[in-house]
Amino acid sequence: MNPYLLEINNICKKYPGVIANNNVSFNIRDGKIHALLGENGAGKSTLVKILFGLVTSDSGNILLNREEIKFKNPSEAKATGVGMVFQHFSLFESLTVSENLILGLEENISFKKLKNRAIEISKKYDLTLDLDSPINNLSAGEKQSVEIVRALLQEPKILIMDEPTSVLTPNESDKLFAILKKLTNEGKTILYITHKLDEVIKNCDEVTIMRNGEVITTCSAEAETKETLAVKMLGYKVKSQVTDYKSVKNNILFQVKNLSKEYNDPFLTDIKNISFSLKEGEIFGIAGVAGNGQKELMELLTGENIDNIRGEVLFDNTNITNLPTKFRRELAIGFVPEDRLGHSAVPELSLSENILLSQFAGNKFSKIGILNFEEIETYTKNVISNFNVKTPNELISAKNLSGGNLQKFVIGREISSNPKLLIVYQPTWGVDTGAESFIRESLIKLSKEGTSLLIISQDLDELIEITHSVSVISKGKLSEPFETKNLNIEKLGIMMGGEID
Amino acid sequence: MEKLIKLVPRGSSSQSMFILAPIFAIFLTLLTGSIIFFLMGYNPSNALKIFFISPISNAYGISELLVKATPLALIAMGLSFCFKNNIYNIGAEGQLTMGAIFGGGVGIYFYDISSVLILPGMIIAGVLGGALWAMIPALLKTKFNTNEILTSLMLAYIALLILDYLVVGPWRDPDGFNFPKTRPFGESGRMPILFQGLRIHFGLIITLILIAFSWFIYSKTIFGFQLKVSGFSPKAARFAGFNKNFLIFSAFAISGAFAGLAGVGEVSGPIGLIYRDISPNYGFTAIIVCFLGRLHPLGIIFASLVIALTYLGAEDAQLFLQIPAAVGFVFQGLVLFFLLGSDLLVNFKLRLNN
Repeated sequence: MNPYLLEINNICKKYPGVIANNNVSFNIRDGKIHALLGENGAGKSTLVKILFGLVTSDSGNILLNREEIKFKNPSEAKATGVGMVFQHFSLFESLTVSENLILGLEENISFKKLKNRAIEISKKYDLTLDLDSPINNLSAGEKQSVEIVRALLQEPKILIMDEPTSVLTPNESDKLFAILKKLTNEGKTILYITHKLDEVIKNCDEVTIMRNGEVITTCSAEAETKETLAVKMLGYKVKSQVTDYKSVKNNILFQVKNLSKEYNDPFLTDIKNISFSLKEGEIFGIAGVAGNGQKELMELLTGENIDNIRGEVLFDNTNITNLPTKFRRELAIGFVPEDRLGHSAVPELSLSENILLSQFAGNKFSKIGILNFEEIETYTKNVISNFNVKTPNELISAKNLSGGNLQKFVIGREISSNPKLLIVYQPTWGVDTGAESFIRESLIKLSKEGTSLLIISQDLDELIEITHSVSVISKGKLSEPFETKNLNIEKLGIMMGGEID
Repeated sequence: MEKLIKLVPRGSSSQSMFILAPIFAIFLTLLTGSIIFFLMGYNPSNALKIFFISPISNAYGISELLVKATPLALIAMGLSFCFKNNIYNIGAEGQLTMGAIFGGGVGIYFYDISSVLILPGMIIAGVLGGALWAMIPALLKTKFNTNEILTSLMLAYIALLILDYLVVGPWRDPDGFNFPKTRPFGESGRMPILFQGLRIHFGLIITLILIAFSWFIYSKTIFGFQLKVSGFSPKAARFAGFNKNFLIFSAFAISGAFAGLAGVGEVSGPIGLIYRDISPNYGFTAIIVCFLGRLHPLGIIFASLVIALTYLGAEDAQLFLQIPAAVGFVFQGLVLFFLLGSDLLVNFKLRLNN
């Protein structure tokens, strides 16, 4: 008997300028959790899109139960037995769980029937569901359960999970893996997409490693360690950063006292009484699962949205609570928001023009409002060369740069303006490993030169690597700070998922 | 239900298509126009000749073309400040009317005085009138977050009604045999004529200077940069710390001032007094000019000439072919339709679902 449920043979997919999948072949055993491991841009997503009918491959074939499949759209994939849970939830926030479930189905069935089936599934696999609750009342883990049940309603043979733990706390992740185990015991097969090494080792049976669009190897997860997987995934050994505590001075540069803001919006998180302080040269991290108030806090700190704000923000002993963004910059505070395209940079504008975005104030590049293009160009060229930005020239539109290069450019722009304080939200979100380590090194270097840094990140590993101390944000509240070198990850994880007193 | 045709984004749009699309649209307009002429029973080549070539075959015709293109280009240039910032001021007709009322008011008040100060006074009053009228939607938008498309449009009709009231009421010419028009301005209240015997006036020079000035603002100043960024991405503008309300007010003020100036230009230029129909919809047609010209100074100059020609052609077509002058508006509509269509196809490709 053929032990393979899914056989992927020589899949190729080219996009202009990149080969996303180059002769990708591997097989997935029936009833197993099969990991697909690779860093951002390795070609995992493209392959998954091909499997789910969102994209068609240029060549190669896929066999499901020894029959060739080629889906024109996701409906065909679902009907043939391929289910998918996306990284970002595709749920209607204001509808209830059962309404969302019925919308995901191709067939017409009554609510009563649907509910019975949903209850049956949730009992079978220990998924807790409140069918009548609106989605926006649910936690990330519960939303994911809805997505899983929605996929299971179609009775898939194979369930594809795309980086499912990226929105979960460590505890929620553990629960997810228990569910996945249960699913495989009941005969389902799971293709688990991830870039997290420990998840593969702890929870998966087999692993296929991809790099630069190619399959490096497929092997049993048991035989691997984090180190051996990392070398295969990256192609080189990563040197770990050691954060230096010597650069931290004693005087407090930046202080936030009892910061609060209410939004009266079910899709935003109220900020509740947040206090923290940063010493000169300190790197302070705020950890937390997405959607717990990070975005809102960031906007209060940048000054982009400061109406009806309560509490105090002090910088260099000046009260800047109600100071607009432009004036905060003039005090030498730099900001890097999460979204590169359209927030920290304008995709349609050239790199030179994007320099101007955060550097226009203070007559740096202008006299009586008239711009000095020569100076801007020189400055841009310096940022490009000092921060290793790969671009043909400074006149190219920002949208033509890869995520990693644009992020290096944006962070370089802020660092080059010699900030006393730099606030960064998700410094390495969605960038390649090369850019990731370069950015982290640049941030550490900056702190050694005396700049204070506030890093808000969902990537706990990142915070452990570069910060001196860490607090956790959960439901708009901030925990007390912990020294990074004596961090208790488990305790942190519990706080990330629960209430902070 | 699967749709039969799908629009698929092309990804990167090319710079050359950005410029070619308007030209393509004009070509398609001519093609469709000749089909329409043919169906109406006219010889298309003859009709097109009467429509587009004979009106500008002599000095007088070219002067008339520039007389019409001047307000169109001026208003369109002003509107581009709004459109670049994604503010849809479509009430330029009202701002033009207010400019004519304010500026013309000065001209009527000093009708019997001869002074070099009267025309500049009228121009300043007209600019103020247009700008102030445009500030109303700006104020409503910044204070109450109202939709400027609605408010600016409604204010255009209010301005027209005020004009109506003035010319039949308090400002009616006492020697005018009850015609709904004001008394003519004095000689000092008229735009100087550029060439003896032709109607083309000093407003053209002002317009060209202001277009050059706008180009400078766009490409060389922080203010122009701020408009551009807030147009592309409001979030990035907030991140940069631009003052959003200031940008809304100034964009409205500039476009209102330009439209107001166009209004004074009309009444103090070719017309010489105020009556009901001072503008054949210049304020609305300028929206087409602005988009056909890609919000770019040179493009706007080119587009204003093309659209001005449809006005002249319509007049000639009425005169020589007995085709209703409204056919001019048909051509303007066709240009806009084909422009939007070509833009769609530049940015998206059609895919049939089988």
